[in-house]
Amino acid sequence: MDDRMTLKHRIGAYTFAIWEMTLYLDTHPHETCALNKRRELMEARCQLIDEYEAQYGPFVRTSEDVKGDCWSWIDGPWPWEYGRGNN
Amino acid sequence: MWQYEKTLQYPVKIANPNPKYAQIIISQYGGPDGELGASMRYLTQRYSMPYNELKGLLTDIGTEELAHMEMICAMVYQLTRNLSEDEIKRSGFDKYFVDHTTAVYPIAASAIPWRAEYIAAKGDVIADLHEDLGAEQKARVTYDNLLRLIDDPDVRDPLKFLREREIVHYQRFGEALGLVTDRLDSRNFYACNPSFDKNCGK
Repeated sequence: MDDRMTLKHRIGAYTFAIWEMTLYLDTHPHETCALNKRRELMEARCQLIDEYEAQYGPFVRTSEDVKGDCWSWIDGPWPWEYGRGNN
Repeated sequence: MWQYEKTLQYPVKIANPNPKYAQIIISQYGGPDGELGASMRYLTQRYSMPYNELKGLLTDIGTEELAHMEMICAMVYQLTRNLSEDEIKRSGFDKYFVDHTTAVYPIAASAIPWRAEYIAAKGDVIADLHEDLGAEQKARVTYDNLLRLIDDPDVRDPLKFLREREIVHYQRFGEALGLVTDRLDSRNFYACNPSFDKNCGK
């Protein structure tokens, strides 16, 4: 796995942890400890995304999602296409 | 509204196609306890939910189920790529192939197409949350059964992730049911229906 993929996976791990806290907070909306944990995870994820974008360009779909004068959103591989350069 | 993120919730990277596995895994797309039904069940039920915790939870879990549906479809897609005509015949995939080629269509392992009868929305919070707890448990059993039949670690890994999610959702729905019964008459939860009766539990 190259550095770019490692960083992507770390961001993915934070995204998952934040999602877990989201479901937990749905049924425990007044738990301050869980709210703070989620906030910490969000901040850490933002820092990693900044790190990623400084090196490799946009992490998420944005209006900047254009390479030259071409709409790069449609570029493959799509998430289900393992084996076509999506390793 | 919803926004699409161009990534799977958990990676699906299957090196070796296997149409036999595809034919059983597809049940978690279009089968009775599959991810399509799960998503439709929760996103449908949320409109008659009486409390904000439940509206939030059903929206969020219903959304996560869409991501699980995408993972299952990715597995079926990868397990059926580059098949020869001979492999299609030998694996028993020919019956599916004749109707759908290698499109990913929502059917059960038994070949019955997805049906709205797989989901329920009774408009009663206790009935609906019990339905959801049952649905999560049945989906977990289906993943257990798939894991009994599948050896390939590339296929087992995402199935194990999805099985774990059923357990977490079951836990959250259990807590949701607790929140509901705490707000009702503890001697008779069924005295009124807070999904319909305006002053129920007040």
